[in-house]
Amino acid sequence: MRRNSNIFAKIDWLVVLIYLLLVFAGWINIYAAVYDDSHHSIFDVSQKYGKQMIWIIAAFVIGFVILLIDYRFFSITSVLIYAGMMLLLAAVLLFGKEVNGARSWFEIGSIRLQPSEFAKLATTLMVARVLSKPNFIIHKFKNLIHLGIILVIPMMLILLQNDTGSALVYSSFVLVFYREGLTGWVLVIGVLTIALFIASLLFAPIYVIIFLVTSFLLVFIKMAFHKKKAINYSILIVLSAAILVAVNHYLKLGYNSYLLITIPVALFTPFYLYAFLRKKVKAALWIVLIFWGAVGVNYSVDYVFNEVLEQHHRKRINDLLGIESDLQGWGYNVNQSKIAIGSGGFAGKGFLKGTQTKFNFVPEQSTDFIFCTVGEEWGFLGSLFVIFLFVGLLIKIIQIAERQRSTYARVYAYGVFAIFLFHFTINIGMTIGILPVIGIPLPFFSYGGSSLWVFTIFIFILLNMDAHRFELIN
Amino acid sequence: MQKYSNRKFVIGAIAIIIGIVYLSRLFWVQVVDSTYKLNSEKNSIRREEQFSARGLVFDRNGELIVHNMAVYDLMIVPRQVSQFDTVELCQTIGIDIPFLRKQISKARRHSMFKSYKIVHQIPDTVYAVLQEKLYKYPGFFVQARTLRKYPYNVAANVLGYVSEVPDRIVKRDNYYKSGDYIGFSGIERSYEEVLRGKKGVQFNLIDVHNRKKGSYANGKYDTIPQIGGNLVSSIDIELQQYGELLLKDKIGSIVAIEPSSGEILALVTAPTYSPSDMVGRLRSENYPILIRDPLKPLFNRATMAQYPPGSTFKMLTGLIGLQEKVLTPSQHYSCYGGYFSKARPIACHHHRPSLDLAEALQMSCNAYFCHVFRNFMEKPGFANPDSALTRWLKHVHSFGFGTHLGTDLESELKGILPSVESYNRIYNGSWNALTLLSLSIGQGEIAITPLQLANYTAAIANRGFYYTPHIIKDIDGNGPIDRFKERKYTTIDSAYFEDVIKGMYLAVNGGWGNGGTASIAQINGIDFNGKTGTAQNPHGENHSIFVGFAPLTNPKIAIAVIVENAGYGSTWAAPIASLMAEKFLTDTVKRKSLEERVVNKNLLDRGEKEQ
Repeated sequence: MRRNSNIFAKIDWLVVLIYLLLVFAGWINIYAAVYDDSHHSIFDVSQKYGKQMIWIIAAFVIGFVILLIDYRFFSITSVLIYAGMMLLLAAVLLFGKEVNGARSWFEIGSIRLQPSEFAKLATTLMVARVLSKPNFIIHKFKNLIHLGIILVIPMMLILLQNDTGSALVYSSFVLVFYREGLTGWVLVIGVLTIALFIASLLFAPIYVIIFLVTSFLLVFIKMAFHKKKAINYSILIVLSAAILVAVNHYLKLGYNSYLLITIPVALFTPFYLYAFLRKKVKAALWIVLIFWGAVGVNYSVDYVFNEVLEQHHRKRINDLLGIESDLQGWGYNVNQSKIAIGSGGFAGKGFLKGTQTKFNFVPEQSTDFIFCTVGEEWGFLGSLFVIFLFVGLLIKIIQIAERQRSTYARVYAYGVFAIFLFHFTINIGMTIGILPVIGIPLPFFSYGGSSLWVFTIFIFILLNMDAHRFELIN
Repeated sequence: MQKYSNRKFVIGAIAIIIGIVYLSRLFWVQVVDSTYKLNSEKNSIRREEQFSARGLVFDRNGELIVHNMAVYDLMIVPRQVSQFDTVELCQTIGIDIPFLRKQISKARRHSMFKSYKIVHQIPDTVYAVLQEKLYKYPGFFVQARTLRKYPYNVAANVLGYVSEVPDRIVKRDNYYKSGDYIGFSGIERSYEEVLRGKKGVQFNLIDVHNRKKGSYANGKYDTIPQIGGNLVSSIDIELQQYGELLLKDKIGSIVAIEPSSGEILALVTAPTYSPSDMVGRLRSENYPILIRDPLKPLFNRATMAQYPPGSTFKMLTGLIGLQEKVLTPSQHYSCYGGYFSKARPIACHHHRPSLDLAEALQMSCNAYFCHVFRNFMEKPGFANPDSALTRWLKHVHSFGFGTHLGTDLESELKGILPSVESYNRIYNGSWNALTLLSLSIGQGEIAITPLQLANYTAAIANRGFYYTPHIIKDIDGNGPIDRFKERKYTTIDSAYFEDVIKGMYLAVNGGWGNGGTASIAQINGIDFNGKTGTAQNPHGENHSIFVGFAPLTNPKIAIAVIVENAGYGSTWAAPIASLMAEKFLTDTVKRKSLEERVVNKNLLDRGEKEQ
């Protein structure tokens, strides 16, 4: 505790600012989502927004206390914290309270705590601890198993609580492992295949194409670091293909998007083959295969889905994917959510003026579907602001991660990044109908003390470690 | 350690790309694609107001006099309307195509998204057919409303009417929305809050084809409409009907009150209109005709027309004389065809020369009451005419003259009484008993409404008190408004009334040969007591006035009748009052020839037009 006197001079205030903006924006949107004429004081603690205010104040206290704790405390006690949390996860199965079909809550008086939220933090600390062991080589089979077990234990316990969304969060650690040396191809191929299958079912070709272009850019970024000129040229071609498609779409020229994307890619396929054969750039072959493979999957999904599967199969997949086919089931939420966001327009309907989020029209509007309120009342501008803040925070976390001297702190930071990214992506993705409905909260926005506190702790431990980064050697 | 450092770019790119993809999607959904904006109006909830049925009204005998019938308004949400068969729709509901077009374009101007009423009050028979076809007209729907129905089709002036709420009320009172109905006159207005009940609201999920998909959130936010409270009117609807029959082709009023409660038994104004003519779509046709009618059928003469009371006021002059001890019942005054003062001689008709109080009332001697009035005004107790007049006004006020009675009838007028100030102004301060002498016989600076006259009669019948007259005797099982249960005492001691009532008895039952002015009003087997009045007025022939009550003890009915420009009180007003009393007390009218004479008489041409 020796150097605590000057910690406030060292912490990254930009992160604190983004944090405060997100928390405040979250609070007023909960107010708008729950608002009704009979309780209009935002400080009314009988209402969700009043309670959230209390959670927020508590979060500030928690954040402040964490800054005062010695930075070494977390690495030293990682194992203990992890073990304790796993015990709590097990205990909640026995003694917990069931809410909305998930037995994941401890009830202490009027306060309900969700151990699965805190388990994310414990797991992140544990992963950082394991990965920062001296001479830890991630590719070793034994080590991979070790990491796998750390993740599988909380996942299994949370799945037993019937909370699939929270269990899936742990898959985001793949990003951390990737940063620490796990091969990128597994990651890319896995993500692409899943994404492509879902995407081609859910969306008009335009989104699939955006996805394809995106994945190409990903690969290019990787390859750019190999400094292969031939491939750099093709960035231009892909971008022009993307622009071609976009222009065609927005101006409604009516050309087939598949065709438009196929032509420029077909044009530069020879470049890749050349790069692969003559310059021995393996990546070039991958790109060609991925692209043509993707086109193939895209076409075949339509075929398989419509021609091979039977009606009840289709329905089940559609329901699972949240397609607007079943307006009373899952589809209902997503449809209403999209209507709410879409009706916001460019500038939104104005604070408390939302019509769709009133009357609890969008289910779970103050928790999982809180982004609907942002979209409806603040419009595209508000959505832009929120997404900008989140992406800015994520980039800030990467920046912080990379300037850490200790592996422990870096891995921890990437863990924070991965979990935030997963929550942000899944939550907003489902409200705008890009991803299937998976009920996990939007950090700092969704109503609830547990998640707000955990995300606050995540950020403030990071700030604490970052403030002391010059003192950490390990 | 820096081995995989470059991977930060890949990881950063993932975050940025997800951000970009989401923003493009949001830009698409929120800005470019308008289907979601439309969806939010179309596919969402439709708030439908559930109108409560207005309360019913019964008469004093339990007869239903106002009830409801269902009609349907055709509504439209312009944005949801697509191609439909205009010809078929127009044929179904019986409107022409240009009208439909006009209404639809009006609705468009109003709002593309909000519902707008394009056809009002479609009868249920038409609705039955329309309902089958409604699915063919996306964007159209119907809203059920109720309209009033009047089984007896009388008492329009009492019942009032219901119409669409005017904008100024919508602005002031947020219970009402444009297009709602509100009681506009009569008891529909004065008991609006009881009758209207409480609107309910239903939130329904509506799909793109304009079909209800069921109630939103299982009706969690719906409220059930509360049916309006029922009223029991004090009106005897058959008596009212009979009164309207008697006043057919005449101008005037009949007001009958039950003295022991103040309940109004009949409140007839003539000419009047049929309440059914003011219901629904008929109203817009008939209202302009009625408002332009020179005989003013919309004018409720019973509460708003002001007449000099004429000789019916003589009882009060007598009572004041008795109360102020300037007169004893046995006091005789001679009359030689009038009261001859220098200032204003007052003529009298021919009768026996020397009379006591009862006889003076029986024969309606003007001179007698001039004497009484002068004696009162010049009573030694008063310092000057001012204080005498002030005292006189106090007595007159106590019978409900010159003030609002405070009934539950809308737009009741005060009548006119003179004041010390007005005489000072008119006569420059120099006036005395002789100046005011005509007040003694109910002429001059005095005017009363028929309702006040009936109330005055009830106060005499009660020997000194009255209950505020009212038209509703029971509100939803809770009795009348409290203030109607309160006795209001006049300033005259109850003992003095018997002598005056004796005069009224003699006027009717004293025998024609004996000088009884109202012998025509005599009813076999019933002690009907009354007094005629013949009010001079500047509008043509005299107004024929009569007040009376029956029976002598425990009076059941007090009645005042005024027939404008109809001549002597005994000619028309007295028989009408008498027939009303007979009808009410015996249920049947035996004097058919008298009835026939009254019903068939047309007195509409006696008014101002002769001048």
